[in-house]
Parts: sequence; structure tokens; C-alpha cells
Amino acid sequence: MAAKGNVVFDSECCKGCELCVNVCPVSIIELAPGLNSKGYHFSRIKEGSKEKCIACGFCGMTCPDFVIRVERL
Amino acid sequence: MAKVVYEKPKGITDAITHYCPGCTHGIIHGLVAECLDELGVLDNTIGVAPVGCAVMAYNYFNCDMQEAAHGRAPAVATGIKRTLPDRTVFTYQGDGDLAAIGTGEIVHAAARGENITAIFVNNGIYGMTGGQMAPTTLLGQVTTTTPYGRKPEVNGYPIKVCEMLATLEGAAYVARVSVCDINNIRKAKKAMMDAFRTQIEKKGFSIVEVLSTCPTNWGLSPTEALTWLKDNMIPHYPLETFKSPWGVK
Amino acid sequence: MAKVLMKGNEALGEAAIRAGARYYFGYPITPQNEVSAYMAERLPEVGGVFLQAESEVSAINMVYGAGGAGARVLITSSSPGISLMQEGISYIVGSEIPMVIVNVMRGGPGLGGIQPSQSDYFQATKGGGHGDYHMVVMAPESIQEMVDTMQDAFDIADQYRNPVMIMADGMMGQMMEAVDLDKPKKATRDLPPKTWATTGTAHHAGRNVINSLDLSPVNLEKHNLDLKKKYDDMTKNEVRYEMYKCDDADIIAVAYGTTARIVKNTIDMAAREGIKMGLIRPISLWPFPQQPFDETVDRAKAYISVEMSTGQMVEDVRLAVNGRKPVEFYGRTGGMIPEPKDILAKVKNILGGVK
Repeated sequence: MAAKGNVVFDSECCKGCELCVNVCPVSIIELAPGLNSKGYHFSRIKEGSKEKCIACGFCGMTCPDFVIRVERL
Repeated sequence: MAKVVYEKPKGITDAITHYCPGCTHGIIHGLVAECLDELGVLDNTIGVAPVGCAVMAYNYFNCDMQEAAHGRAPAVATGIKRTLPDRTVFTYQGDGDLAAIGTGEIVHAAARGENITAIFVNNGIYGMTGGQMAPTTLLGQVTTTTPYGRKPEVNGYPIKVCEMLATLEGAAYVARVSVCDINNIRKAKKAMMDAFRTQIEKKGFSIVEVLSTCPTNWGLSPTEALTWLKDNMIPHYPLETFKSPWGVK
Repeated sequence: MAKVLMKGNEALGEAAIRAGARYYFGYPITPQNEVSAYMAERLPEVGGVFLQAESEVSAINMVYGAGGAGARVLITSSSPGISLMQEGISYIVGSEIPMVIVNVMRGGPGLGGIQPSQSDYFQATKGGGHGDYHMVVMAPESIQEMVDTMQDAFDIADQYRNPVMIMADGMMGQMMEAVDLDKPKKATRDLPPKTWATTGTAHHAGRNVINSLDLSPVNLEKHNLDLKKKYDDMTKNEVRYEMYKCDDADIIAVAYGTTARIVKNTIDMAAREGIKMGLIRPISLWPFPQQPFDETVDRAKAYISVEMSTGQMVEDVRLAVNGRKPVEFYGRTGGMIPEPKDILAKVKNILGGVK
């Protein structure tokens, strides 16, 4: 099934607050085990879950740091 | 052809903010910026930053900005608006700035019906200075200056700013919203659009009070803080449009 | 143009308008209420804006906003109100906003009285607000001089991007004198356009921010040193004073404003008794004039600072004289006005004891 949405993360801006993780209706966002240069675990799409994105944009709307850009394909 | 569903608003600069992880300031900044851009007024806007966590908002809003002394933003905004009446002028203030030291300035700006828009970020605590009681701190709430919980016999009762300002004739648009979930974020944006329209159409003073979180000083994770807000703040501070030039349902 | 009989408070308002001020924010306080009444009526006539604020705290922040948006703006008050404005003045200097502030001084401290005084000298020149800062502080002695000073005050403010304070007193605010409103010369300074003003990004290059905060000590030191350079330039360029009958004076009084006029009368009385008395009249209280003291210190036997206070400018006189000759003081305070006969008695007393 093709993804409805494309999500781009500006990981250097992410502070690992997890608001996006909890707002995603299809639960496809997680915090990476790695750290960005500021020392935060940054958010990303779970491995193999890109196709499940429904392009709702909730992650972008709730992110306080403008990390996420959402496109509908 | 991909269609953008969400991206960083034009009204926000590229600076990485100093706000704590999960602080709702960032969400609120984004909504203000979206409104200014959608109304086509961004490059004719001057914002006034407070003293508080948002003191460096002049680095984040992509328009001309003035930094005000603590509480004085509505007076600074009045000075700007009276000299440049065709520009859009907003203040961005926290609960200490607006409801403690700045009560005189906000009441009189509203009473005068100043055509400015005040964005009031109410998280019931003083963030920047490390978590002291605010005028909007709830009874029983523990802060560094109310370590036993806020007691009315010592510190009185929390102030309902919107209800108070709504009694003033010059206050044309008065609304309380929250950014605690997507539904409320959408409503918050609509309220801000109505507030800025109130200014643009010269209908008087507008204020949007945004119930917000302070995860760091509440001692909660960002997500837990949103839940605490819903469970504790909304019952005390009802989400409502108190006044609007276009009528209130 | 013919002279007009005007009250000081009204003349200063009219002079500000003729110097290009179109915005006034203020709060009622005696003895300067005629300024706001005058501006409330005159400003709409010239397409300007008058607004009565809810307090002096609010008013000084309104002029901060207006000045930061590029407007030529006047604010007036009296001593207790100027106290309330100290925070705002510090912010205005730190944010480099030009404007003219007039203090029509009254008796203090606290609520004090409504009669004239000169007890805000320290507040004006040593900074009642916090931080390293200075303003050019001017002290006219007559309504005509206040009118003449106003154009310069606005131009100095714009040239340096710094507020200018004019010290009047209750007497000067309330009295009426014949004034030639056309006498002040038009602007002679080359003033740069206000490209730094917050008028909206559509109206200038880049993004303008009016601000005095910088949490980096490296940057804040640099900012303070840049401000200091402005003060050094002001010290070089903006000193003003008058010397009256100092050439062969045995005793030289130092006085400003209304007191200087009383001292001039005293000098004439003294001359009739064969006493050689002169006056150094600082017109800029900051920067304080050094030169007239250097010019007179060899010949004069003593200096006497005459003020409507318990002794504030006298400290700057002592610094300027630098121990070379004795410095005495005579003052009245609480709204009492010094009288020539009492000043003369003190002068005789000093000369009697000085070889």
C-alpha cells in the first residue's frame, strides 16, 4: 500500500519531547536511540512504517520546534 | 504532486528556540505566525516581547519586534500603534508579565479599546525565574514560593483574566483557548485569526488567553503536562469566547 | 515675529511641536498639567496624537514604543513621576531610542510639595535608573531659553539615538513671559534617516529589533562600550554654559535654571556694594562644564553653589574645582525660593573669611 504522506524531520531542531510520538493516530513515530548534536533523542518514523502515514499533519501541528514537514502525496 | 499539509510558518525565523522540550510556547508562536501570514500582514507587523520565558521572542518571530520591560508590553504596543495605526501590533505575554506586574497596562489598553492584539500565555507558574507562584497558579498547586500548596488565606485566589477584561467596553474580542490537543490547537488558531481580524477591522482591543504547560516547573513530562492541563486548568479556566465583534454563540 | 505672552508649560509644548514632535504621552502631575492640556488641544490641529496614559510607568513605555517606531516624541512629568519613569529611561538608553523628556521639578522627597525645587539633579545626571548610562541634561533659565533649547534637544536626541532631558522647575512651568517662538533656529545637524525604526519589514531592509537585552557578557560589554563612546562624544560636543561677570570676580556663584536668574540679581546688588561676584551658569548639567572653572580658578577666591536643594550640583562643582579653591554652598529647599539678600549675606560671610 503506497504511503499517503511524506514526513521530513529536521532532526537537529528536535528536543525529544515526544509530543509527536503521542499525537500520531497511527503510532508510527518513535524516538531514535541516537542523539542529535544538542544531546536529544530525536524523533523519526519507525522502521518499515512509512507506508502507514495518513498525512494528517498532527505531528507537525503539535511540534513546538517546527521539526516536521508533512506532505500529502 | 505533493501538497504541503504542514510546514514551518513564514513568520518563524530559522533560530532554534531556547524553550524547554515540549513547552507549548513553540506551538503558540507557530499559530501566531500562521495567522499573520495568512492575513497578509506579516511584513506590516510589529510584535512586542515580554519578560519571561518568551523574552527572546524577538529572535523567533520573523517581523519587526520590540522588547518591553516586564509588564509594559501593552503600553509599548500602544505607543507603536498610535504612531503607526495601519500596522498590525501584537503583544506576547506570560502570566507574570500580564497578570502580575502588568495588570495596569493590560486593563487600560483594553479599556481604551486599543486596536492591538494580546496573546496571553497562561501556564499558572513563573517559568523563566524557576517556578514561583503566578497570579494564575491554582489553589493547592505547589510552586517554589508555595511549597505547601497555594493557600487562599495567604495568597488569595487565582485571577481569571478573560472574565475580568470582558467587563470592559473597549475589549472587543476576548477568548480563552488551549493547545493541549489537535482539536484545541485548531480552535486556538481560529480564535487568533478572529482576534487579529478584530484589530485589522479596527473594532477594538483583542486578547486570546492560551492555557499552556510548563513541564519543567510542573515536574511532569510534556505529554503528562498536557493531561494535567486538561484535568486541572480547564475546569477552573473555561475555554470560551467571552466577547466577539461577530457575536458569541 | 512678535512676542507672545505664554506660560512656560504651554511654551515648551508649542516649541516641541515646532521642532517636529507630533506625539505626546503623559500623565497628570502638578506643576506641569498645562503641558498635557495644551498638547491635547494642539496636537490634533497638526495631525499629531495626544494620549493620556494611566500612569507615568505606562507613559514612558508608550514613548519607548513610539520612539522605537521612529516617531519624534515628547514626554513631560514632575519629580515623583520622573521617579516612576526611571526604569523606562534605563531601557530607552539601552535600546537607543531618541526622545525628549522634561522634568518640571517640585519639592521632594516622596510626595513632597508642588512648589519649585532643584532636588532632582542627582536623579537626572547620576542616573536614577539602573546601569551605566547618561543623557544630555539641559537646564534653561527662562521660557525663551527653554523654547530655544527644544529644537536642539530633539536634534541631539536623534543624532546620538539617546534621550535628552530638560530640567525646568515649577516656577518656570507656571510663570508667564514674552516669548518669540520663531527665534529658535531650524535644525542644523545632519541627521541620519531612522532606518533602525520598527515600521514593519515592508518598509525597510531586513528585520528591526528594538532591545536592550544581551545575555552574552562579551556582547553586553561591547554594547556598553559603544554607548560610552556616545557619551564621550556628547562630552566633547554638547557642553553649554554661560559666564556672567566672571572676569574680575572674587567669588563665583554656580547656579542653573530659575536660581541663576536670582543669582544674577544678587550679582547686581553685590556690585552696588562694591563686591565683585560672578556666575558660572551650566546650561548642560550633563555633560557638566569643566572649562569655565579652569578659566576662573586662578583669579577667584572661592566658589559658591546656589541651588534649590540641600546640595547636589555642589558635588560636581567640587569635582570641577578639584581642591584648587574652596567651594561653599547656599540653598533653600522644600519649595522655598532663595532670596538675593540671603545669598548676598552668605557671600559676604564667605568673603569675610577668605584671604
